[in-house]
Amino acid sequence: MKKNVYRLMTVLILVTIALAACAPAVAPVPETVVEKVEITKLVESQVEVVVTATPGPEKILKVFGAFATPIEEPWDGVIHAALNKAQADGRIEYTYQEAIGYSGDMERVLREVCEQQKPDLILGDAFGNEEAVRRVAKDFPEVAFAFGSGSGPTEPNVAVFDNWIHEPAYLMGMLAGGLTKTNKLGVVGAMPVPEVNRLTNAFIAGAKAQNPDVVVMVSFINSWFDPAAAKEAAIAMIDNGADVLYAERFGVIEAAAEKGLFSFGNMSDQNELAPDFVVSSAVWNMDPTVDYLINQVSAGTFTAQDLKDFSMMGKGGASLASFHGTEAKLPADLVAAVKAREAEIMSGMFRVDVSESQPAGSN
Amino acid sequence: MELTLFLVGLIAATLRVATPLIFGTLGELFSERSGVLNLGIEGIMFLGAFTGFAVAAKTGSLWIGLLGAIVAGGLAGMLMALLSVRLGVNQHVSGLGITLLATGISLYSFRVIFGESKIPPSIEPFPMLPILPELHVLAPITNQYLLTYIGIAMIAVVWWVIGKTRFGLQIRAVGENPEAADAAGLNVYAIRTRALVIGGALMAVGGAFLTLAQLGSFTFGIIAGRGWVCIALIIFANWQSVNVLFGALIFGGVQALQLRLQTLGFKLPYELFLSLPYVVTIIALTLAGRNASAPSALLKAYRRE
Repeated sequence: MKKNVYRLMTVLILVTIALAACAPAVAPVPETVVEKVEITKLVESQVEVVVTATPGPEKILKVFGAFATPIEEPWDGVIHAALNKAQADGRIEYTYQEAIGYSGDMERVLREVCEQQKPDLILGDAFGNEEAVRRVAKDFPEVAFAFGSGSGPTEPNVAVFDNWIHEPAYLMGMLAGGLTKTNKLGVVGAMPVPEVNRLTNAFIAGAKAQNPDVVVMVSFINSWFDPAAAKEAAIAMIDNGADVLYAERFGVIEAAAEKGLFSFGNMSDQNELAPDFVVSSAVWNMDPTVDYLINQVSAGTFTAQDLKDFSMMGKGGASLASFHGTEAKLPADLVAAVKAREAEIMSGMFRVDVSESQPAGSN
Repeated sequence: MELTLFLVGLIAATLRVATPLIFGTLGELFSERSGVLNLGIEGIMFLGAFTGFAVAAKTGSLWIGLLGAIVAGGLAGMLMALLSVRLGVNQHVSGLGITLLATGISLYSFRVIFGESKIPPSIEPFPMLPILPELHVLAPITNQYLLTYIGIAMIAVVWWVIGKTRFGLQIRAVGENPEAADAAGLNVYAIRTRALVIGGALMAVGGAFLTLAQLGSFTFGIIAGRGWVCIALIIFANWQSVNVLFGALIFGGVQALQLRLQTLGFKLPYELFLSLPYVVTIIALTLAGRNASAPSALLKAYRRE
């Protein structure tokens, strides 16, 4: 009998403790202010009421980044950098997962995130995961998806973007065409996919525009990351007479610098890799895309669209990087011609052709 | 003259491409001759590339960086020994596990030390040795990195150690017949552990060559399958150290050749050139592999009854 009482008490105590633990934190009781309004005077004159829409503080969006590769990969690194910046500016709350890979995890990760974190907006790269992204987006129409993609947008909630930096690539081609003494240029690319082809083709077009006699060698290393092979490919080009190189991949700038030759970087400003020899770089900047997306999602006006323009020069999504003082070594008229063409592109008066077919090289 | 320049450039490139393969394959040779297939090679080369770079960047000394890579590779070899020799875990599983672990640790440490930078951090790498004056026609061939010369010399050293020394005899004994070696009073576990530690250190030097000599920077994916190529080369070499040189030179040579053919603008699909080194490796393996004689106890964990 006594035993049972003890048991009952123990159970009761435990239940009490458990309930206490579960209880919600005490919410501050809002003070009700009773305003005594005394009408002392009747307003007789008509008052013009000016309604100024004072926007409340922008709602901080929850944004998730979904990357197939580690964020050291330059392409994903650009998206990650822009989202970090938006977070630092206090506009979004940003979380991300990287190195998701290409073997089926993208769909699982996106589903879990949509169900548990309920983000307002998800950015990422859909290359190699195109179907997975669209399958998940279909099931979560309230979430905005904006993905780097080689395909088009999908209604109602998948917008796409890509690194449309063919315009600075064209300008670099002009510089390279004007700088070469041997009339031979070299481009080392990863593999002939549209993202690489259009940069290479624009570079070739720019070089030809500046110097019709120029020959451009193109080779592929069939890997996104093999700087040692890229360097060997570059040395092979230099041995074959190339004296200005476009480093679509890492490893090429090292080869050019070793031989004292000019080179051009890709994706971000790569001058610091060889300050005396990297003339400029084709820079991709995702800030305009991210700003636009934040505004659209906040305003509830997000639509499935191709955000291409926001990654081009006109809107600041692409640029020719600073010359970092190397212009002192360049012919003044060449720099002037490039600057003039840059201004024409910025003002919309010159369109760089987009060609995504495999560059054959021009030799 | 044109042809001379082409050949000189080709041979020079061949030696550069072959260097990490020579170190990696010699490392695998030590492991396999003692009876342990070390599939951790891809990860250990990556760990060597990272550790060498990180230590060199932080201490300012390439040599201390190289030493760091050797120590890291040795430790990874020791871990492989703990798993596959002491605990008797399946060699495929433990090797692949080491590759995943070493890759993960390297990437994680890279971010902790260097942060998230858009441009890979870089150091001033080992120079090429000025053996001939720069304008000499043969200079590209002779003026290689010191590590390339060390790698070629290492082939002779490994040949001597495995074939002519007491330690080499012990390695071969535990790789061919561990029961008999044990009966003869050898400590199979200890000898295999030593072989794996030395092997790991050599693999790590192969990786460190890329960051400390060839590139001066570290990026993820830098090994790009070179470790797996070494696994094929060891079969091609029939587990003989001298053959390692030929295997590495053939693969390196075809790789260097295909990059040159691409720039010469032959109107052939570039995929054809890219596949050349692997096609040649497969053909060579088929020819050489018919008489291949792997160490008898390879893949068998030794358990004392």
